[in-house]
Amino acid sequence: MASAEQTKQGFMLSKTHKAGLLNFLSAQGILVFFLICMFAFSLFSEQFLSQSNIMTVVRQASIIGIIAVGVTVVIIGGNLDLSVGSMLSFATVVVVDLHDKIGPTGAIFAMFALTLLLGAVNGFLVGFMRLNSLIVTLAMLSAIQGLVLIYSGGQNVDIANQSETWFGVFGRGYLLGIAVPVLLFALLAIIVQVVMSFTGYGRRIFAIGGNPVAAVYSGIRKNWCVFSTYLISAFCVACAALVLGSRVMGSQNNVGQGYELLVLAGIILGGTSLLGGAGSIWKTVIGVLILGFIQNGLLLLGYPYYTQWLVTWVIIILAVWLDLANKRKRLLTRHS
Amino acid sequence: MNNAATAHASGAPGRGEIPILSLVNITKKFPGVVALNKVSFDVRAGEVHALLGENGAGKSTLMKVLAGKHKPNGGQILLEGEEKVFETPKQAKKSGIVLIHQEQSLVPEMSVAENIFLGSLPKKWGNRVDWKTLHRDSTEILDRLKCSFSSKDMVSDLSIAKKQMVEIARALVFTPKVVVFDEPTASLTDHEKPVLYDIINTLREQGVGIVYISHRMDEIFHLSQRISVLRDGEYNGTVNTADTSEDEVTKLMIGRSLELDHASKPKDFGENMLELRNLTVNGVFEDVSFTIRKGEIVGMYGLVGAGRSEVAETIFGLRKPSGGEILLDGKVESIRSSHDAVVEGIALVPEDRKDQGLILGMNCRDNMTLAGLNTVSSKGFMKAAAEKRVYDKYQQAMKIKTPSWRQKVGNLSGGNQQKIVIGKWLHTHPKLLILDEPTRGIDVGSKAEIHALIKELARTGYAVLVISSEMPEVLGVSNRIVAMYDGRVTAEFDGDAVSEDVLVQAITGQVVASADAPVDRPVA
Repeated sequence: MASAEQTKQGFMLSKTHKAGLLNFLSAQGILVFFLICMFAFSLFSEQFLSQSNIMTVVRQASIIGIIAVGVTVVIIGGNLDLSVGSMLSFATVVVVDLHDKIGPTGAIFAMFALTLLLGAVNGFLVGFMRLNSLIVTLAMLSAIQGLVLIYSGGQNVDIANQSETWFGVFGRGYLLGIAVPVLLFALLAIIVQVVMSFTGYGRRIFAIGGNPVAAVYSGIRKNWCVFSTYLISAFCVACAALVLGSRVMGSQNNVGQGYELLVLAGIILGGTSLLGGAGSIWKTVIGVLILGFIQNGLLLLGYPYYTQWLVTWVIIILAVWLDLANKRKRLLTRHS
Repeated sequence: MNNAATAHASGAPGRGEIPILSLVNITKKFPGVVALNKVSFDVRAGEVHALLGENGAGKSTLMKVLAGKHKPNGGQILLEGEEKVFETPKQAKKSGIVLIHQEQSLVPEMSVAENIFLGSLPKKWGNRVDWKTLHRDSTEILDRLKCSFSSKDMVSDLSIAKKQMVEIARALVFTPKVVVFDEPTASLTDHEKPVLYDIINTLREQGVGIVYISHRMDEIFHLSQRISVLRDGEYNGTVNTADTSEDEVTKLMIGRSLELDHASKPKDFGENMLELRNLTVNGVFEDVSFTIRKGEIVGMYGLVGAGRSEVAETIFGLRKPSGGEILLDGKVESIRSSHDAVVEGIALVPEDRKDQGLILGMNCRDNMTLAGLNTVSSKGFMKAAAEKRVYDKYQQAMKIKTPSWRQKVGNLSGGNQQKIVIGKWLHTHPKLLILDEPTRGIDVGSKAEIHALIKELARTGYAVLVISSEMPEVLGVSNRIVAMYDGRVTAEFDGDAVSEDVLVQAITGQVVASADAPVDRPVA
């Protein structure tokens, strides 16, 4: 035993030494990169680090952030949710459309109920039918977009009398000097982080993502747990739709298009592994903010809107590569 | 050991035939264990030499040494009288020693020919595959094996037996001198087996030396010319198949005097805790009936694939029974999920610690409390102090060696990992504890500790089911032993009184499943 232990340690030592740079980059690379970008942006644009700009960025990032909080739970449980983009379109269109028909309170309740129903469909297909989550939610992405178009008949919707409703508070309001979307984002992040870290439920989700077979062999109801993660994800989407609908007071049919990728980008940038069983909401919050600041910085530097897409994805591929490099290294040390 | 001596005399040398392969005094040590102690073994050209032994006797290790996967600490390998040292499996293969594994390594979406020559496809001008030569050479090999399928067939369309033939055909590319079959019939149905036997006989007639590892007596007596037996890492004699009987071979396999500590076994039994009545899962096992009383340890003994783990999984709610009943505490229960099982007070320490027992990326404490989260939380919130208490209790009770509770279980040794899995279940205070191969791949010290723990648990009132393919383990801990073979309970024995040869007969298909007066079985 002793000799095996020694060689193992020897191997790990040499490995750490060689992989020192990689180690550092995989652990801190994104943060370092972020700081360099922030510094560069602030050199070229005085506004960048101004309080009002920072508040604007955080407020803009909060919609993606709210959704990302829910999707992070799904990912920790070892699955994916790509349907959130269409689901956001759906929920926003529904809440805006119903606002004038049944009033804000009814609209909000109806929107939450319908969105949770969509989440339940995802959860049923992945949790109980045990279908591949990538395929299921990709199909749902397309199906829900179709549902939106059928519902709205292709028309964009808006709220007729925008000054006479309290509905605007979710997107436009301020509480104690802080924008309501930001408060909502922070509140959801804190609650979900607490649930994941300090409850039996959170522990079970981590266990399922870490090793679904062993989780089942430990008496955990995997089907229900996976199902529930999609409900959480849908709930977060509904909250985001509340903010988005209230802010714009109207909605296009495809308002959420592309959000699924931005959400995923934020999560990956934060460093939550797509393999499941690890990660945290804090990481996601940081990832989403990084994404927001980089996009904002590019705009301030005068690059056109669409450069964001290119840059975002270069960064994401970098992040995934670092994540994988980190994984491989860990696998190597484990099998040594 | 009179038996072994005479057996040896009638075996190996003396017939004037020169062996194609000789292993001389092979010794292989692993940290803390001598896996092979001066084992000698030889194969003649044109013979099937069966290698027998219990699990852990050293058969696989010996074959791995032969195939260049393990380096021996001592001894020689002589191939056609010439000493060979194999640094890698590839060298062994090139010298003409081929292992046919149980697990198949074929590419299903390729043709038979491509699979046979995978990695060494014949090429022509421009680095293109020379299909003509490929199929000609493949067909030639398939003809030698008298195969009924074409080299152009897709591997995915073939039956398991035929896939195995492709595997064998692949071996023939290297013109083997010795072919080792490791439990080749494990995944074959009864009518597929003769096809394999034909191939083995064909190879034998062509002058190849065959080593045949199997537990099944009928196969060994049908195929082999000689039988060698390993026991506890030592060579225990060779006999000519024609001159021996199943009884004699069985005695060679087990003929040790086990130092069994029957006195330490639990003695006070209560009511029936578990009762199975004709439990059946179609195609997996049939009509399994037995009982376990409170405070009693029942051993389930059988070969891998006999359906033992599947019975455990069914009790634990992971498989749906297609017939029969499970009674807990005298009441018929329907257990539909592992969650139901845990609620009913059933615990399963699974066969595969790493895949089924543990979340390797989680720390020791979190793994330990995973099956009983409700007991260390209130209103859904984890109570860190209570969790730590639970962890400390079992860590100390079982002497789990780990630097801290924060250590990821993936970094622990096998023995310590297993103790974490057991601790995880003790913490749920189950009524019935099922342990599937509780000491597989675990060092001797931890093994003894786990055996002592199992007996201690039974004494405190647990009903315990120990599934094992190691006879010393089953005999050492069980009050009663249920023997399984091919998905059926073949016999039930008193754990203190049963003889080893009877037990071996019951799990190798020498006893036909019947209802003739098994010990202690309640009348249904």
